[in-house]
Amino acid sequence: MTLKLFAKEQWLTTLEGLKESYKIFVPVRDGDFHTFMPLDEGKKPDFDYPNTRLSPKSLIYPQSERIFEYSLDESAPDAHILKETEKDYSPRAIVGIRPCDAHAFKIVELNFDSPEYKDPWWVQRYESTVLIGLGCNDPVSTCFCTSVGGGPFDEDGLDVILYDLGESYLAKGLTDKGEDFLAKAKGRTKADDASIKRAEELAKSASDKISVNVPVDRLKDKVINELFAASFWEEVAFSCINCGTCTYLCPTCWCFDIQDEVIGKEGDRIKNWDSCMFPLFTLHGSGHNPRDNKFQRVRQRFMHKLKYYVDKYDNGVQCSGCGRCVRYCPVNIDIREVCKLMNSYRSD
Amino acid sequence: MVTYTDEIRKTAKKLLEDKTVDVFIGYKKGTVPMMNEPVLVSDADKADTLYWDSFCGLNLCNYLTKRTDRIGILATGCNSRNIVTHIIENQIKRDQLYIVGIPCTGMIDHRAVLRAVKEREILEVTENGDSFTVKGNDFNETFDKKEYLQANCKTCTHRNPVEYDEVIGTPFEEQEVSEAYRDVEKIKGMASDKKWDFFTQMISNCIRCYACRNACPLCYCPTCFVDESGPQWVGKSIDPTDTMTFHILRAYHCAGRCTDCGACERACPVGIPVRQFTRKLNKDVFDLFKWEAGLSLDERPPLDVYRPDDYNDFIR
Repeated sequence: MTLKLFAKEQWLTTLEGLKESYKIFVPVRDGDFHTFMPLDEGKKPDFDYPNTRLSPKSLIYPQSERIFEYSLDESAPDAHILKETEKDYSPRAIVGIRPCDAHAFKIVELNFDSPEYKDPWWVQRYESTVLIGLGCNDPVSTCFCTSVGGGPFDEDGLDVILYDLGESYLAKGLTDKGEDFLAKAKGRTKADDASIKRAEELAKSASDKISVNVPVDRLKDKVINELFAASFWEEVAFSCINCGTCTYLCPTCWCFDIQDEVIGKEGDRIKNWDSCMFPLFTLHGSGHNPRDNKFQRVRQRFMHKLKYYVDKYDNGVQCSGCGRCVRYCPVNIDIREVCKLMNSYRSD
Repeated sequence: MVTYTDEIRKTAKKLLEDKTVDVFIGYKKGTVPMMNEPVLVSDADKADTLYWDSFCGLNLCNYLTKRTDRIGILATGCNSRNIVTHIIENQIKRDQLYIVGIPCTGMIDHRAVLRAVKEREILEVTENGDSFTVKGNDFNETFDKKEYLQANCKTCTHRNPVEYDEVIGTPFEEQEVSEAYRDVEKIKGMASDKKWDFFTQMISNCIRCYACRNACPLCYCPTCFVDESGPQWVGKSIDPTDTMTFHILRAYHCAGRCTDCGACERACPVGIPVRQFTRKLNKDVFDLFKWEAGLSLDERPPLDVYRPDDYNDFIR
């Protein structure tokens, strides 16, 4: 474990120097909110940010990704043969990712990289990416990472964690990938004891700032069918407008749909994010829809995150506590409240 | 506006107790600042969960579609116009509804407030008549509500409910708005390619979550054209052509029906000013037919009537 200091005024130069080894993604202010962009796109990085509006999951798992190409030209020798679309898996670094979003990659890894099934595109992109986290000195009121196994300086899923000490960043290498990144970074100096102490204090005070406690301890003991049949779902779902805001902003929602798009005789097979909030998500070819009602779709989202995932993987909830869905739901459906209902539910 | 809360609770309680309605649709106070949640109250004892302030931006008319019970519902000017449109379009029956009108002084633009406090974390917003106070960990600032209204509320000329069974508070004089369509004129003045660039740039952040469509009370189609799969009219990826197709077609479906309630724009998680599409249509419908949607139960909207004296040749 290496501890290094980087002066903030040299930080951009350091990152520029790393561009030879990595494609670097940094938080950039884009209008009213922040988003991760490649360092070379001419926009100034802004590391003084609460979090990005959309989670960085799209950097590993793009909203739309061409996975195969094919030709429908019967005269072509490879007609109807799926050919994998060429992809770039050269090393990348996401610099400034928040610990909740890195934790989220660990949560979804169980789905995309299991002993039985591997999503080759997710796995390769995840493996080629180094995650340089930035601890949260000032968590916001919708943060609840500490309730779901994380924390504002949690290291799970990160390769390096940065402590913002005001004038400098203290960088702590956490994995071989991270150590390698730090070894390549110019302008580093050895961390002094005072800085290390200051970093420890920051982490402690950040955790203390999160006063929200969302109880998840009893979810595992609940009986699935009882929770499924709980009386509160209609009420929880009333205000839902079934948009995809919660699922698309969520760093742990992983569902996708495969579509073929053909222009002339050339076709693409595309993997697109999908959302369990959309009626189309479960519409059968027969016209039957097992989740025809809004409350069934809302229930599915919460049951998946807070019960099915819990039971299937024994790895906590499928939520990293980033609070995006709480903050941006157009009708204020609050997962923290729903979690409380589920965790304390008793069927009578 | 906060003073409405008590009146709303009393009214809802009475309506539920004397069984004038089976359910009452209003808002409850949100769990995050500047956000309230639409709520259905069916028990008179729970009427006290109802709440009102200047952050009741989601149009309640959304929750009426095809309901079969008797419903009490709050209605500001624009919401009442959407209810009228719903009735005209056979999505709900007038005699099922008990409309509690609210003369509305406008909804506050939560994004403008965030910008005003330099995006610092807002922990509490309290209203006091024409002003509101925003509190955070290290700041406490008071603003004039008028300056921070949603864009659609700034140019609104129907703040009083147009259709109602009773009104809470006292209807007031409608505001005079000059150059209500300055934004539309500005776009109209652009060359075609600049217009295209403007709209392309405007929707470039769209993630196809459909919050704009789903927040819109006009978008009640059982299956939206973007969700049709046989044939599939629109691609599902975030290809800009498909995204633009969605936005433009959706806007056209709203022609002559949109009340400019602003719910679409407010709901967008990435802040796209989607009203730029619908406002041009609102202006055209007004210029061509002197029509504003949802003002009367007795008139058909211009795009669903045929008149032998139509000035267009092609239709005669």
